[in-house]
Amino acid sequence: MAEAPLRTPLGRAFGLGSAKEGVQHWWAQRVSAVALIVLGLWFAASLIAHAGADRAAVVAWLHEPLSAVLAVLMLAAVFYHAALGLQVVIEDYVHSEWLKLSTIVAMRLISLGLAVAGIFAVLRIAFGG
Amino acid sequence: MTEAQRPLSPHLQIYKWQLTSVLSIGHRATGIALSIGTLFLVWWFIAAATSDSAFAAAQSFFGSWLGLILLLGWTLSFFFHLCNGIRHLCWDAGWGFDLRTTYASGWTVVAVSIALTLIAFIAGLVVRG
Repeated sequence: MAEAPLRTPLGRAFGLGSAKEGVQHWWAQRVSAVALIVLGLWFAASLIAHAGADRAAVVAWLHEPLSAVLAVLMLAAVFYHAALGLQVVIEDYVHSEWLKLSTIVAMRLISLGLAVAGIFAVLRIAFGG
Repeated sequence: MTEAQRPLSPHLQIYKWQLTSVLSIGHRATGIALSIGTLFLVWWFIAAATSDSAFAAAQSFFGSWLGLILLLGWTLSFFFHLCNGIRHLCWDAGWGFDLRTTYASGWTVVAVSIALTLIAFIAGLVVRG
């Protein structure tokens, strides 16, 4: 027996589903996760190498272009991945629609602010002192 | 706005504890813990960009008992989220869904994340001297 189509042909072509955003969030979470396997392990190893180090050693480390670029990428990926993950947690546990929306917006703004602050700090060390 | 009072599915406490569900909750819990840790991560970068005294204050906090306990928690959270995240990526690729493999990969994640945490933490303490 043929199934009755529950979605319009245009809706099927868009492929965005009932949440109206398709699989974009899912893909972004996975791609940033793969990036963080590399960037996270690099950063963990770097932190271990600088355990108890003084400021001069950390500044010298971030003066190296490769370290600075990887640190910026790490911070960008961390906050992007965290914002995507926290959004799902909020969507699962906050049931009031307006509270859910405002919590997600606040979380996104805080994530963006922290990412910019962290990246600015890295660049300030990389370019200055 | 009126919230619809819809029936909810049974809550967590009526289900039997099992490895699969504990690791699933653990993935979310460690993700939240790591998100909170990003506040301290940004503090560390800003302190390094600011002054010797600001960086010394940050380093002395992370070297204190409270700081070390938090670092141990974040180290375990990082390695667990990393290992279990790779397990999730394998599932996304369609691998490891049968029950035996799911449990084997689950126990592997537990063992590897604890081992990596111990190695990383001991290495950090050795480097710090």
